[in-house]
Amino acid sequence: MSDAGRQGRPGERGPGGDHWFDDDAGPVVRPYAMTRGRTSTATRQRLDLIALVVPEPAAADPGRDQTLSPEHVEIVQRCGDFPRSIADLAAGLDLPVGVVRVLVGDLVEDALVHVTRPVPPAELPDVSILREVINGLRAL
Amino acid sequence: MVYGRSSSGDPDRPGDPDRSGGLPGPARARRPADPVALKLLVAGGFGVGKTTLVGAVSEIRPLRTEEDLSEAGRPLDDLRGVEAKSTTTVAMDFGRITLRDELVLYLFGTPGQDRFWFLWDELAQGALGAVVLADTRRLAECFAAVDYFERRGIPFLVAVNCFDGAERFPAATVRAALDLDDRVPLLMCDARERESVKEVLATVVEHALALTTRDRAPAVRG
Repeated sequence: MSDAGRQGRPGERGPGGDHWFDDDAGPVVRPYAMTRGRTSTATRQRLDLIALVVPEPAAADPGRDQTLSPEHVEIVQRCGDFPRSIADLAAGLDLPVGVVRVLVGDLVEDALVHVTRPVPPAELPDVSILREVINGLRAL
Repeated sequence: MVYGRSSSGDPDRPGDPDRSGGLPGPARARRPADPVALKLLVAGGFGVGKTTLVGAVSEIRPLRTEEDLSEAGRPLDDLRGVEAKSTTTVAMDFGRITLRDELVLYLFGTPGQDRFWFLWDELAQGALGAVVLADTRRLAECFAAVDYFERRGIPFLVAVNCFDGAERFPAATVRAALDLDDRVPLLMCDARERESVKEVLATVVEHALALTTRDRAPAVRG
């Protein structure tokens, strides 16, 4: 195997440390390996695709929690500039939505982020926001 | 499902066996700064131009979902044809329009294949409205979408994508062929044209606003 394989991330190695795959084999790490096989978290809410992930003050230093994976840290960092939705994160990180849901659930449990629940249109506190959307679309 | 304005996990009660779930956590201070996200769906048959339409007004990105069908809690009859699989990967189109920092509109192209109907329920939940994109050469392909949004009471309109070379039918003919309620807007569009798509989306939101205003009007319901 090439050096490229040897320099792969931990977890991309075969059982005996043998590099038995190459790039053509596609992703060797199954997506849910990043979640240590979990497909859900203790967080009871199912995170909507457009639920926005908003960092908490504690997220200023995500590295302090040594149990966080690089993907956790990246999610926190991506949400730092402005909040991003579950769908934004999944597309940006090229991860399946289900994986992002688990990772964000971990961050919620850790109180590093909170998640907004989408407001159904019928419960919008003020319909003027819909007028703003209409005008905003026409002005694009 | 219970919707609140915002919530997080409930760190004070980690072992709480109450699975009724979904309730907002302990009295968390409301954050006026929490931005608002809204979504519109773009439905229609395979190859009708959904991807083109989303791409005309937003930076389009593919979104992968890897769904555990049993976990999704769908009624079994929604899973016809996929009984043998417990998970499936579906790719769909996804676009984002940032209207201002605190107001974002997301567009989701619904998977065209019938076997992904189970995903529609999640997409449709809380949707502001929907565009059913129609091709007059294959009008029957959008029947299912029209039925779906009618049944769920989701504000929608039908946008006829005017393909080059396709015969143009009067709106009334298309409306009759779809057996469309008079109140459902129907318009002609070109999914490749940004201006045309902007008008389609603005019209859906106008329609949603009109329905919301009507529903909120006092003393209409006996």
